[in-house]
Amino acid sequence: MKDVLLNPALDRFAVYAIFASMALYTVAFLTFVWHLSRLSSTKVKLRKSAVSLERSALAITILAFLFHAAGVVMRGIAAARVPWANMYEFSISGALVIVGIFLAAWFIREIRVIAVFVTGFTLLVLGSATTLFYVEVKTLMPALQSVWLVIHVAVAVLATAFFNIAAALSIAYLLRNSVRLNNSKLLIAKVAKRILSVFPDSRTLENIAYRFNVIGFILWTFTLVAGAIWAERAWHRFWGWDTKEVWTFIIWTIYAGYLHATATRGWSGARAVWLSLVGFAAVIFNFTIVNLFFKGLHVYSGLK
Amino acid sequence: MSLLSNVPQGDEILSPKLGWRGWLRWTWAQITSMRTALMLLLLLAVAAVPGSVFPQRSADPNGVTAYFKNNPELAKTLDAFQIFDVYTSVWFSSIYVLLFLSLVGCVIPRIVHHWGELKSEPIAMPRSLSRFPAYLKLPAKASYSMPRLAAELQRKRYRVKVTPAGISAEKGYLRETGNLVFHMSLLGVLVAVGVGGATSFTGQRVIVEGESFVNNLAGYDSFSPGAWFDANQLVPFSVKLDNFRTTFDLRNRTNIGTPLDFEAFVSVREGSQAISERGLIRVNHPLEVPGANIYLTGNGYAPVLTFKDADGNISFSGPVIYMPQDSNYTSLGVIKLPDANPKQFGVISFFYPTVATLKTGALTSRYPAPVDPFLTMNIYVGDLGLDSGIPSNVFELSVHGLEQVAGGKSGVKPIKLELGATQTLPGGLGTVTWDGLKRFASLDIAYNPMQIWVLLFTVLAFLGMITSLLTPRRRVFVRRGKDDFEFAAMAKNDDPKLEGILEDLVKFLKRRK
Repeated sequence: MKDVLLNPALDRFAVYAIFASMALYTVAFLTFVWHLSRLSSTKVKLRKSAVSLERSALAITILAFLFHAAGVVMRGIAAARVPWANMYEFSISGALVIVGIFLAAWFIREIRVIAVFVTGFTLLVLGSATTLFYVEVKTLMPALQSVWLVIHVAVAVLATAFFNIAAALSIAYLLRNSVRLNNSKLLIAKVAKRILSVFPDSRTLENIAYRFNVIGFILWTFTLVAGAIWAERAWHRFWGWDTKEVWTFIIWTIYAGYLHATATRGWSGARAVWLSLVGFAAVIFNFTIVNLFFKGLHVYSGLK
Repeated sequence: MSLLSNVPQGDEILSPKLGWRGWLRWTWAQITSMRTALMLLLLLAVAAVPGSVFPQRSADPNGVTAYFKNNPELAKTLDAFQIFDVYTSVWFSSIYVLLFLSLVGCVIPRIVHHWGELKSEPIAMPRSLSRFPAYLKLPAKASYSMPRLAAELQRKRYRVKVTPAGISAEKGYLRETGNLVFHMSLLGVLVAVGVGGATSFTGQRVIVEGESFVNNLAGYDSFSPGAWFDANQLVPFSVKLDNFRTTFDLRNRTNIGTPLDFEAFVSVREGSQAISERGLIRVNHPLEVPGANIYLTGNGYAPVLTFKDADGNISFSGPVIYMPQDSNYTSLGVIKLPDANPKQFGVISFFYPTVATLKTGALTSRYPAPVDPFLTMNIYVGDLGLDSGIPSNVFELSVHGLEQVAGGKSGVKPIKLELGATQTLPGGLGTVTWDGLKRFASLDIAYNPMQIWVLLFTVLAFLGMITSLLTPRRRVFVRRGKDDFEFAAMAKNDDPKLEGILEDLVKFLKRRK
């Protein structure tokens, strides 16, 4: 790689766009919460008004997504490469893909209930990205100058996004199924129960979550294989139990276990769903704790 | 009589007697059950965790050494449990061996069964259809044609069996085929990885500009062959490092000094060839020669130094490899002069490509390229311990028992050198001259003949997995009753499309040709 011209000024604008999207996501999040509470209202009139509320929330989310996308694209242009080479960039791109997939799946009616989770989680990711993970635009170190950066990491982002949406649906499933919540007499439990009553039935939630997990699993397998091919080119071996490789393997194994569990008597249902959530916890652990505190070859956060 | 017989003999046996064959069969049934497979899979995930928490000998041998230094007692205990070799440990290995045993035991009968299914027709129509997950019923009409419906199902790639009772149709056999291919391919991956580990080798060599690496055992700084690999199998070739070029960023303010590219320009001579070919090794772009791939894994500076004793005799002359300590290539070099006159001494030296002074007065490097190169040296006199026969690290000088005569607390300032300059050493040790500056490259040389098989089986497993996960297995039954048509469908997994499939069939039937 020769003579790259970075554009830190453009990156300023990229950050402003991300901040703008965060403000909009906040509004969208609150509107979705408002919508849920309206939807579960005992008054018919309020329930009817919920539809327009949902529509506005969706419009705001789309607007937030556009600002978010502009931020990611500008970051890429400012750095003169794909915008997913360090933790900050992986976070903003990953969150963008999550929202993108969610919006693309909006036609699946049952998925809409996780809008609160998706906008909330995106806010959380963007918040930590801008405050904890931010680094100025830098060129790629020679080890990252590879076509596999584009492929391996992009697919890892996609896989994470699918797992994420599945995890949101799984949480919704567990809440819907929660015996303790159903038996509780606390006021808050009653409110929660009313809100949950507008959720799709648990079987549907479980099925859609399964589908997203299956796609996530296929993409994760690809990430693992592509990573091994890249590792052979860069480090002379396709597999060396580097900490990141270990955790990629652990995540793969847990989700493989989840897929087997759905087909095993006594393990399908809530237990399998819990297993997929353990898998997603491992994904988050891999991205945060392993990236920042574990010693290994994948040291690309760019943080000191 | 059969050993499995549980007919009580006499009075003494009340519980069923299994016998050793029975126990074997019972154990096998346990191992091959899905529940056990699932447990083993999850156990494998858990067992992999410690390898990411504790340093591993395979991935981070220095980390293990440091761990032993810092917690000697704990390290010994942990080592007894193979915590520093998790992935080759007895316990980790037994989990995956059991898992694969379970896999084989589970998959082989399924292959036999699936083979039978592939060769036979769809299953016979069940008696009652109304309990199927998808079910439709409509009044019969004369225009409704069963043969047309059968043809339509065939067109939709169903396997169709027509009987007087109605139509049985089935599709999605690929779901099971893909599943079986996936699992068998995993076995292939495991075998290929295992054989690859035994037949491959890796080695390291640090090489300075102008030097050559010859591919034989003596050419390596370190060499780790697999169990079945013999050093005689090394394919003869040599690689000469002609020039090592680095490119550091000077253009972008926030990025100054960041490496943009490392390029090792080499001349390669294969076998007994007289002519050498030019080659280029870069990070992510290894050089491939028959029987080996050569990877660039590191680089740094090698100042060329000459040490002369008081009489002017050369005690050392040549390039010295300095290991980079930070991103601006502040580098540390060690020189041992066991044959120096009047006494042997060692040197710990720092190299600064672009020297700068910190507020504390300490020196540092501000930029990784040699804009203003500078050397400092601390000198230690005493027995270097090289004659004892104990192997020592060439990059480390154990100063224990040595007397420091320059730098540090010795009272004498460290030797400071600019490129091309000569300095006198204290205590009549002679002089040192900095003649030139070269670069070095760290190369990994590796070859795994089974790699292509690992890739092949992995790709096969991946394709099998996708096919299996994305192909729905569906059964459709159509029964012509006296006054009505019954449609039913089921799938192996939850399938939201079943209703739609039946509706489409009804629509087709109602169409007038």
